[in-house]
Amino acid sequence: MARLDQGPPHYEQMLPPIIKENYGKWRYHEIPRPGVLKHVSETGAELYSIRVGSPRLVSIEFVRDLCDLADKFCDGHLRFTARHNVEFLLGDASKVEPLIAALTEKGLPVGGTGASISNVVHTQGWVHCHTPATDASGVVKSVMDDLHDYFEEMKLPAKLKIGLACCLNMCGAAHCSDIAIVGVHRTPPRINDEKIQKGTEIPSLVASCPTGAIRPNPKAKSVIVNEDKCMYCGNCYTMSPGMEIMDPKNDGCAILVGGKTSNARTAPSFSRMVIPFLPNNPPRWPEVTEAIRNIIDVWAANARQGERVGEWIERIGWERFFTLTGIPFSDKLIDDYIFSRETFRTSAAFKF
Amino acid sequence: MTEKRTPKLDELQKGKWPSFVTEMKRAAVKSPAAAELVQLLEKSYEERKGHWKHGGIVGVKGYGGGVIGRYTDVPEEFPNLAEFHTMRLNQPAGWFYNTKSLRDLCDIWEKHGSGLTNFHGSTGDIIMLGMTTEHIQPAFDEFSEAGFDLGGSGSDLRTPSCCVGPARCEHACYDTLEACHDITNEFQDELHRPMWPYKFKIKFSGCANDCTASIARSDCSVIGTWRDTLRIDQNEVKAYVEAGLDIQAAVCDKCPTRALKFDYKNNELNVIPEDCSRCMHCINVMPKAIQPGKEKGATILLGGKSTIVQSAFMAWVIVPFMKMEGDYEEFKDLMRRIWEWWDENGKTRERIGETIYRLGMGKFLREVGLPPVPQMVFRPRANPYVFWPQDEIEK
Repeated sequence: MARLDQGPPHYEQMLPPIIKENYGKWRYHEIPRPGVLKHVSETGAELYSIRVGSPRLVSIEFVRDLCDLADKFCDGHLRFTARHNVEFLLGDASKVEPLIAALTEKGLPVGGTGASISNVVHTQGWVHCHTPATDASGVVKSVMDDLHDYFEEMKLPAKLKIGLACCLNMCGAAHCSDIAIVGVHRTPPRINDEKIQKGTEIPSLVASCPTGAIRPNPKAKSVIVNEDKCMYCGNCYTMSPGMEIMDPKNDGCAILVGGKTSNARTAPSFSRMVIPFLPNNPPRWPEVTEAIRNIIDVWAANARQGERVGEWIERIGWERFFTLTGIPFSDKLIDDYIFSRETFRTSAAFKF
Repeated sequence: MTEKRTPKLDELQKGKWPSFVTEMKRAAVKSPAAAELVQLLEKSYEERKGHWKHGGIVGVKGYGGGVIGRYTDVPEEFPNLAEFHTMRLNQPAGWFYNTKSLRDLCDIWEKHGSGLTNFHGSTGDIIMLGMTTEHIQPAFDEFSEAGFDLGGSGSDLRTPSCCVGPARCEHACYDTLEACHDITNEFQDELHRPMWPYKFKIKFSGCANDCTASIARSDCSVIGTWRDTLRIDQNEVKAYVEAGLDIQAAVCDKCPTRALKFDYKNNELNVIPEDCSRCMHCINVMPKAIQPGKEKGATILLGGKSTIVQSAFMAWVIVPFMKMEGDYEEFKDLMRRIWEWWDENGKTRERIGETIYRLGMGKFLREVGLPPVPQMVFRPRANPYVFWPQDEIEK
């Protein structure tokens, strides 16, 4: 029988000796080459971390491959990052290049440090979620294939973090990313009275609608949707399988840019919508990859050294962003939800 | 079931980025469920829609969360996906592993599940993806034997996570791994037995660079900081000058509060202590020369969440500085008071940030017992609509 409430394994038993010895004593770090961090301790010890991209959705064979490499090169220790990267930890500088060679042979990309694109934080998508408006892993794979050089080299103005959420529940919390890809619906839920009767709490379903578009339909022991008020968030579908919202013809991706979570220089900020809709076009989502490539190329060509996407746009102005990228502006990009007014330009100073 | 071709997914085995399709097919060699998942995903790629139903309640004895029920809507076509549940395992703090533990996890998952996994889910857990109902309890028993426990799901404390902290970072202002581990263990009941209006996430970042994105992704964000002054090593400043760093442009001009002055004559960098807002920019650029102060702790922020329903919220300051040491009792006590207030006032499926937004920060601060300070706001209110407490009114 399982031991209840034993909690996670203690991290100490997972740490390599060099980290135990230098815990809390790290003095500074450098990036000797893309994908490699060199941390130096006040004891003089040097730790090399080799950062490797992972598809996040992996088989246990993949994990065993990582273990084989960690056993061979790192005395059986490794870690993962908050962005699904793998990090191999080495106390011995002479093993860095052989490990990178072994990783390259396995087709694993080394990179994601400094002024590069890090791995994409993302959700489950069609692989395993019940509310997605797009796939997750497939879009990410397509985008990262296209941006591969930006992962392996550090030639961007600053770090670049992309997040993908396959619906507005945003399990991937993409809303503060330099570039966010968000699965969106565009049509109201189709009510299935029978499914709703089978076990949906009507008051909870009515309360779940942020715009008050859902009201009870006592006759049918179901609900009615005021379609003019619906903004297709899908929250009602999360509450009830009888509010079918997936629509293959009209679901797709929105692109938001300019968010960040670090406090460095400027306050953390939300990503802002710049493209309201791109179609789901599996397996390669060419419209999405092209849109993202364009935004990154224009940022890379125009930003000053060290400027994150949002910092660059705030300096030049959003109106200039649309001019430079050639992305069409439309009424769909002007907020008309709860917190809209603070985004209106209450100033006569702007650029043409 | 006969193996069908998967031309759309095969496209995603091409290209330089490691392929999840290749991983699914590797798992498919040993697992009939994983093999059917490849076929189901191909169907989704053809039809441009998902094929999973809403979850039913599944779980292990003694817990209310940690396992998420998942059923395909086409079980006749894919019988091995009729039940394909997710089990969340609480990761070790900082996502450090020894290979023995990882191999144990793989062996157990090979026996009981699809062989597919996420390292890691967005909240931080190890995600074991795809198992039948009858395997849930035996798998949990074996994971438990191997030293692992379940993570959170539903309306409970979700699995806390932390940055790499003092294990490998010079910026850490408190021990994020120890804090995360200790506090996770303190709140095992809250983590395993859903009892709140909705989910509650805690993330621990050692400094304002916030590598766990806690301010955006957690209801309670614990961000390391210091209360005294930056420490500057002038010899190292000179070394940066010699190495060619333009300190004025790369550091001083980018300081958001213009708190750094560079003395060209003597190649010295000085800080105006009371002007520094501790954003981390200068330390990031000149880690050898600039360090956080000595009086370290954390800022506690509350209310972060993603888009559904009222828009995304970023967490906001509720305690500007708290020591994060010893048994973390001050933090734990604050959490208990906040949860009690939320239990009392929150509606079903309302995150703490939304409850506070609906009822007002004033009420929240008074009832949880937190002193209002200017660090909590960017700027004071512009309207005069104050809800005056009756005891402050002359009668």
